[in-house]
Amino acid sequence: MIAAITLLLGCQLLGELFIAATGLPLPGPVVGMVILFIGLMIHGKVPAPVAVVSDTLLRNLSLLFVPAGVGVMLHLALIEREWLGVTAALIGSSAITVVVTAFLMVGLKKLARIGGED
Amino acid sequence: MDGGFSDIWVYLSASPLLHLFLTLLAYLGGQRLYERFDMYPLLNPVLIAVIALVAVLTVTGTPYLVYFEGAQFVHFLLGPATVALALPLYRQISRIRKSLVPILLSVLVGSLVATGSAVAIGWAFDLSEATLISIAPKSVTTPIAMGISEKLGGLPSLTAVFVILTGILGAMIGPLLLDLFRFRDWAARGFAIGISAHGIGTARAMQVSDVAGAFSGLAMGLNALATAILLPLLWRLFF
Repeated sequence: MIAAITLLLGCQLLGELFIAATGLPLPGPVVGMVILFIGLMIHGKVPAPVAVVSDTLLRNLSLLFVPAGVGVMLHLALIEREWLGVTAALIGSSAITVVVTAFLMVGLKKLARIGGED
Repeated sequence: MDGGFSDIWVYLSASPLLHLFLTLLAYLGGQRLYERFDMYPLLNPVLIAVIALVAVLTVTGTPYLVYFEGAQFVHFLLGPATVALALPLYRQISRIRKSLVPILLSVLVGSLVATGSAVAIGWAFDLSEATLISIAPKSVTTPIAMGISEKLGGLPSLTAVFVILTGILGAMIGPLLLDLFRFRDWAARGFAIGISAHGIGTARAMQVSDVAGAFSGLAMGLNALATAILLPLLWRLFF
């Protein structure tokens, strides 16, 4: 298990180093995810301890957003001032984005399949 | 007696233990409530935990920075958890290969719709420029969104709040809307949630279906990439 944790942190560290070296506007952990993904492709399977640690983290992913969410208390005054516009933008945009993306994805998949049959 | 209690409170408040404990406790409470009501999307556990914690901190007059000293241990795990998203991706690789072109096109359009619609609605409601910039990257995972916001002259900590609220909202209303329009394809459902509601949406998708979780994680990563590149370019073009 320690080896699996070390692997995850190592990938994240490599990701951070990559960002520092290239100056790309990406967070280190996302690059770390790509590095681990490439590693798994090369290895050809997921080592059992890595699966246990990763799946435990991912099952509780929601919890990890709570500390940042509590940061809302720093901006209560601004949100009170602009709450209507902020609420409209967040709800409206979330709804539009989910529906448009789902329609697009389903439509494009159908299109690709028709194209493949020709 | 009273003096004794407040002495203990002062002592506990100064150590990270109390706020770490409260963070876990609030989340557990939210999770229980959520499960109790058959995982009804509007009872999002993150939302319940955040409301409970903000209430406790406000009542006890605790500043956010003091709270964060304890909560940072939970916050830190976001990094390794993001790396761990490689696993669901790897497990779904054959499905992803099959729909590579639809995936890439959906990310490009989805990223533009997510940022464009938020800015357009906010602008129609006369939001201040700082708020508009801060709300633009709201569908991108927290650390990247904060970076984009800072680069464009927004308030990174306000962006973090919008990102979390968007994630909670997407996890709440996303599944309801997808049901309403009768989307049955788990890959498309997960993908749409991931574009709009990043990691919080992915966390929810993961609980429902492995396929949805993998596509949601994929959408989150690609959307972060697309928005980090596109938004600064477009912003310079229009403003």
